[in-house]
Amino acid sequence: MPENIEKMEDLSKTDQERLAQTGLEVEMKNRSGTFFQIDQEIKHVASTEKGIEVLTLSDALSKYDWLSGYMWKAVPHDKDKYTRYVHEQKDPKGFVIIARKGSKTLYPLQACLFLANSQVQHVHNIIIAEEGAELHIISGCASATHARVGTHIGVTEFYIAKNARITSTMIHNWGEKISVFPRSASIIEENGVFLSNYVCMQPVRKIQMSPVAHLKGENSVARFNSIVVSTPGSLLDLGSVANLTAHGASAELLTRAITTGGTIVSRGFIHGETRETKGHIECKGLILKDGIIHAIPEIRGDVVDTELSHEAAVGKIARDEIEYLMSRGLDEDVATATIIRGFLDVKIAGLPEVLQNQIDAAIDAAEKSGF
Amino acid sequence: MLDIEDLHVKIGDREVLHDINLHIGEGESHVLMGPNGSGKTTLLRTIMGFSGLNITEGRIFFKGEDITRTPIHKRAELGMGMLFQRPPTIAGLKLGKLLAVTSGDDAKKVEEYSRYLNMDSFLERSINLGFSGGEIKRSEVLQLMIQSPDFVMLDEPESGVDLENITLIGSAIAKLLEKDVHIVNRKKSGLVITHTGYILDYLDADFGHVMCDGVFRCHGNPREILKVIKTSGYKECLACQKI
Repeated sequence: MPENIEKMEDLSKTDQERLAQTGLEVEMKNRSGTFFQIDQEIKHVASTEKGIEVLTLSDALSKYDWLSGYMWKAVPHDKDKYTRYVHEQKDPKGFVIIARKGSKTLYPLQACLFLANSQVQHVHNIIIAEEGAELHIISGCASATHARVGTHIGVTEFYIAKNARITSTMIHNWGEKISVFPRSASIIEENGVFLSNYVCMQPVRKIQMSPVAHLKGENSVARFNSIVVSTPGSLLDLGSVANLTAHGASAELLTRAITTGGTIVSRGFIHGETRETKGHIECKGLILKDGIIHAIPEIRGDVVDTELSHEAAVGKIARDEIEYLMSRGLDEDVATATIIRGFLDVKIAGLPEVLQNQIDAAIDAAEKSGF
Repeated sequence: MLDIEDLHVKIGDREVLHDINLHIGEGESHVLMGPNGSGKTTLLRTIMGFSGLNITEGRIFFKGEDITRTPIHKRAELGMGMLFQRPPTIAGLKLGKLLAVTSGDDAKKVEEYSRYLNMDSFLERSINLGFSGGEIKRSEVLQLMIQSPDFVMLDEPESGVDLENITLIGSAIAKLLEKDVHIVNRKKSGLVITHTGYILDYLDADFGHVMCDGVFRCHGNPREILKVIKTSGYKECLACQKI
């Protein structure tokens, strides 16, 4: 890779395409801000939206004294060896996004983390939506086509204040030799909404993550949607955790998983700690070629009047569904692809159209390559 | 249009259809009656080519072509279509998406027929997911109208449908079978399973067949057969040995 890469446009055409697949717009037509980091170098930071600040972590920490109070508040620094690794860094990289009170983004902000030459890329990101703010973020994480063995460790802390809303859509497009360990958590205050979408349909060596939502405010809401495909050689160990600690809090964890030969462990845990809370876990898995889908939905209720449920199903496409479509004139391959496309077609309530389009595009790309 | 010769069909080790012979000419509508479990749906599914039904003897010809071993979608391409009594639910696959595929992205046609069948608000919904009995049948008829088959098999099109919807579905089926076209010029043919006979008000059916335990027991005027069944039950009908 050339040394003088400063902007996304400087990347090779192939790498630009890899980024585009993660929903990032090089031209930024439909984006209200950008953060772009290659390996450990931050290349571009900008925001065009009033009331929204995008800063590097180091700039933000020197600009705002209060910000240090948010460091490691949602994610414990000693959670595991990966958080400890990031915590020990003397010069931590990453971004801070602050949506000021009442501000709203029309277009999503994009954050791009690109792994090119480093063996390890680490980031620490902090995202704050102040009272009544509405923030949409699309994070695209990808590695260069030439990238060899590499590891990405990302700590992300979300703070959603009273009546605020964050939708975070993360699309991964790593390489077959890349291991990825995101560590993220959110704290959601009264009437706050956190909507987290995760899409990974391309080969990767290993991804292991289990973002945690702490629903601390009354009537706070968290929804996690994951749409994942595991190809041969990929191990996706994915989960989400929701701690319902305030009255009226609710959480929904939804997963659509397909294996074409790889392994998917789909975990989910909802803890109903307080009365008048609700939670539901849904995991549906399709095994297209011999591989593993291991669904582990867990629910725990500690009090009367917490309503928790889960459903999980793993299997193949039903023969009668394929034949039904064949009787309408579709050949077997088209019928199968049409059903798979429908299986993955999760319309996410409250998601801006541009972000839904990006998810759809990622599924289209996977469909074209025959999953 | 359709010729079935000496057809024997097994499910697993058990023979369920025995020595079936049936000729349906161009423009003809036939009605298939018989008690529950007599093999009517199995016959339709065999003609369409579904798996799990093993043809051990006999042949099926469609438009002169031997289709006994032809895959389902090829039969559909040749002009065969089927309305399912209980079609599968396909979670995630939107009705509109399927219609886009089967209509060759003819949005105008999809819109026109969806409106006609009061299904325009269902296009963004998963196929059959949470549909009522009447909605399922309207969705089935809509799919068939887009497909426009020359030979259409209807498996109890009126079951689970309220009276208001029967009129709509009946009229749509009459269109499918070109009942508005003079009998001499009518090209479309049909094979309809019915228990109630309500659908006969719209069909102007030409022939009736009664099936019991996987064999045809009676052929004749559909209205007369239905009259006997309605007044005296299948027992009486089967006792007459008219065949």
